[in-house]
Amino acid sequence: MLPFILKRLGLAALVAFTVSFISFSLLFLSGDPAAALAGETASGEDIEAIRRLYGFDRPMLVQYGEWLFQALRGDFGESYYFKLPVASLIADRLSVTMTLGVCGITFALLTAVPLGVVAAIRPNSIIDRIALFLSVAGQAMPSFWFGLILIVLFGIKLRWLPPSGASTWQHFIMPTIVLGYYAMPAIMRLTRAGMLEVLNSDYIRTARAKGAGEGRVLFKHALRNAIIPVVSLAAVQMGFMLGGSIVVESVFALHGAGYLAWESIARNDLPTVQALILIFSMFYIIFTFLADVLNAWLDPRMRSS
Amino acid sequence: MSQLQENAKPLLSVRGLTLDIPLASGTLHAVRGIDFDLHKGETLCIVGESGSGKSLTSLAIMGLLEKNIRRSAQTLDFDGVDLIGASKRQMRTLRGNRIAMIFQEPMTSLNPAYTIGDQLVEALRLHRKVSNEEARARAVELLEKVGITAAASRLGQYPHQLSGGLRQRVVIAMALMCEPELIIADEPTTALDVTIQAQILSLLVDLTKEMDVAMILITHDLGVVARVADKVGVMYAGALVETGPASEVFGAPMHPYTRGLLHCIPQPGKTKRGEKLGTIPGIVPSLIGEVQGCAFRTRCPHVVEACRGEIPERGTPPHEFLCVHADGARAAEGEPA
Amino acid sequence: MALQPTIDPLLEEISGPTPRQILRKRVRGHMGLLFGLGVVLLLVVVAILAPVLAPHDPYLQDLGNRMVKPIFMGGTWEHPLGTDHLGRDYLSRLIYGARVSLLIGGVAALISGVIGTAMGVAAGFFGGKVDAVVTFLINVRLAMPVVLVALAVVAIMGGSLQVVIGVLGLLLWDRFAVVMRASTLQVRQREYVSAAQAIGASTPRVILSEIMPNIVNNLIVIVTLEMAHAILLEAALSFLGLGVQPPTPSWGLMVSEGKNMMLFEPWLVLIPGVVLFVLVLAINLMGDGLRDVTAPESRS
Repeated sequence: MLPFILKRLGLAALVAFTVSFISFSLLFLSGDPAAALAGETASGEDIEAIRRLYGFDRPMLVQYGEWLFQALRGDFGESYYFKLPVASLIADRLSVTMTLGVCGITFALLTAVPLGVVAAIRPNSIIDRIALFLSVAGQAMPSFWFGLILIVLFGIKLRWLPPSGASTWQHFIMPTIVLGYYAMPAIMRLTRAGMLEVLNSDYIRTARAKGAGEGRVLFKHALRNAIIPVVSLAAVQMGFMLGGSIVVESVFALHGAGYLAWESIARNDLPTVQALILIFSMFYIIFTFLADVLNAWLDPRMRSS
Repeated sequence: MSQLQENAKPLLSVRGLTLDIPLASGTLHAVRGIDFDLHKGETLCIVGESGSGKSLTSLAIMGLLEKNIRRSAQTLDFDGVDLIGASKRQMRTLRGNRIAMIFQEPMTSLNPAYTIGDQLVEALRLHRKVSNEEARARAVELLEKVGITAAASRLGQYPHQLSGGLRQRVVIAMALMCEPELIIADEPTTALDVTIQAQILSLLVDLTKEMDVAMILITHDLGVVARVADKVGVMYAGALVETGPASEVFGAPMHPYTRGLLHCIPQPGKTKRGEKLGTIPGIVPSLIGEVQGCAFRTRCPHVVEACRGEIPERGTPPHEFLCVHADGARAAEGEPA
Repeated sequence: MALQPTIDPLLEEISGPTPRQILRKRVRGHMGLLFGLGVVLLLVVVAILAPVLAPHDPYLQDLGNRMVKPIFMGGTWEHPLGTDHLGRDYLSRLIYGARVSLLIGGVAALISGVIGTAMGVAAGFFGGKVDAVVTFLINVRLAMPVVLVALAVVAIMGGSLQVVIGVLGLLLWDRFAVVMRASTLQVRQREYVSAAQAIGASTPRVILSEIMPNIVNNLIVIVTLEMAHAILLEAALSFLGLGVQPPTPSWGLMVSEGKNMMLFEPWLVLIPGVVLFVLVLAINLMGDGLRDVTAPESRS
């Protein structure tokens, strides 16, 4: 298993390196970041001054090399807007986003897995239909809109939950539901499909032929096998969700890293945007790497090979 | 042996077992009123083409049919327990405990997520109050019995680490964990390499004889049947067309289908060198919708108008067959009646 | 003595329906597909005929008639779905908004479809180094947060329709590449591909006439699903103010504009959201339905 982990680790590092280059060079798309930064009303001299001040006059590869070298040491430069080190700015905001991500994936798993299992045990039953409806609706639901509807309903009309902010745990309920519902359909479908396949397999018949009860057949023999791909999907979804938190955070005015990204983009705060793209990518890379390792560890066929 | 036991109460008694599968295009009459008895320690071989209902019959006895299959029978009795009326709980206490089953696919019939040891131990501990250590000791003992070397170290291995032949030995050991009275083996060697088939089969037969376990062996290999069967049941299109002691069915096959089958394989002393082996022309009919008369009539060389009607039961117990011809048309084929 | 076997009911052979008949029957029996197809076709017609169907100019402001309530809340037929905060007719903006959504969804799916299919088919067909490079690129692409990158690019390059389409087209090719790679791998191992190669067919010919026809079903399914994905993303970008720019009527933008008034006039948010939801739902149902009827064995 160790060679497998090392190989995946090497690949992850290579992907991270490539992503860092792309996210850095993205910001040169406009042709002249200095002009973009200075704004439309700036004079030619102002732009020239900014170019020298931020080092945009040097070749791009040199700038990238320097940026990467600093980034590896945890230094992402200084935010143009907040005039603070980007790293500490992001570190302050990350806990909100991580909390949201963990709550979101937990909510998604707690709803999707039981629904998927029941739907697979009783195909075409009422519960199967409800599960299918929820997953089809979830895939079509614009999350910003879903968030607004929840705010109007539970935050304003019924006054059950605070409509925005992040000061108490109640503030996280609606964002968790919105973000979790985004990840739920895929997990539900995979659980259902996996359970259906496993329940039709020969070893389930063997377990029944041994005299195992239905609960034991379902949970010890079937779910253990069906859950393996779900675990790795959940890890991958977690990576996606952190990247998608930008929409949810802006709807609920949760001041996390996603909200920071939105603010920074709107304010042309290049160093912060670059750092956030890289950090969100790193989360995805780390989570998919963990998913692969977890998968290999859960599946004896992969563990020993 | 079977002569003596014929009068004793059978271990398993099946009368009029019928299995219907509702499909969009009509009801599939997969098994149509079959009867047989099995006594303690006996080996019954059920032979027939694929799709003749052999596997479904075995699953029906275990109570492991798919939910949509309708099962009915006048009698389905295992040692005094009515399997039709038995509760789920009663069935669970029988399965794996007094009736064990061995499936066709050793590659997929073991759970990939658990070790061999876990799965063997589970088979025993589901039915016996024994400690994990005792169960593991029993597992080692049985693994050795089925010819697996270094048995103790195998317990920690996963199914994918074993070859097909080894896995089927594990499956056999698992079936024997609770010392069952009946083993149902559904084509246990079909999926294995030809060279291993014979080994596994002799192992299975030797062990059942040694432990005095009755066995229903489902196969389409007549060579196997000739070697191991006490009794033979020939299935065709969901009906048991001929049953009887192996020596009689092989010696004097009565049903035209049985004779057709036997002509398909070379028989020592009967088949002459260079002689062409037989084939049965035609295909198995669809069993969807109302099935009347003899299902073999579309392929039978001796078909008459009466084959469309009720088919009488002929012969004398224990050797019986279903045919409109009193001698199963033996005379027409030039065989002594 | 022997009977005529043909009159025996047991032997009656079932003459099966042709593949086309089977497909037609499956399509007719698939409610999701019919619903999806119907709604999508309807909205396409609405988008094309927008100038004819829209009762008003979607850009025409009438500050004296701001936030007129829709008909079901006591409004008048003059503005069946009311007017927005600038007095623009909401129904007309919705109708023109269908153009924006379908155009962005369709073209973005087309661009990413071409990129992803080329990469996936090449990886699946040639294997080896090509496959390794494509798989690596897919990993890189998946690692980049789509919303964030799209927002950043739109912010830098400006929120025109072309930029939004281009960004989404260049970002959403991953699923095409993954599915087309797997499908090609599967098809490549079939005998007819080896047979074509054995009789000396050129590589482009093998890909175009042996591989492509056999993976096109999967391709159509992914096109629909990615179209839905692109429409949702455009709406999200526009909602965040970094997609299609005002005064263009985009459904996401309409939700964003209505957001400030949603406390008093929730229908301003409700109506464009429902339309967006129905369109995306319809496209997804159409895609799932197409998969069911063309390859029922791959249903999950």
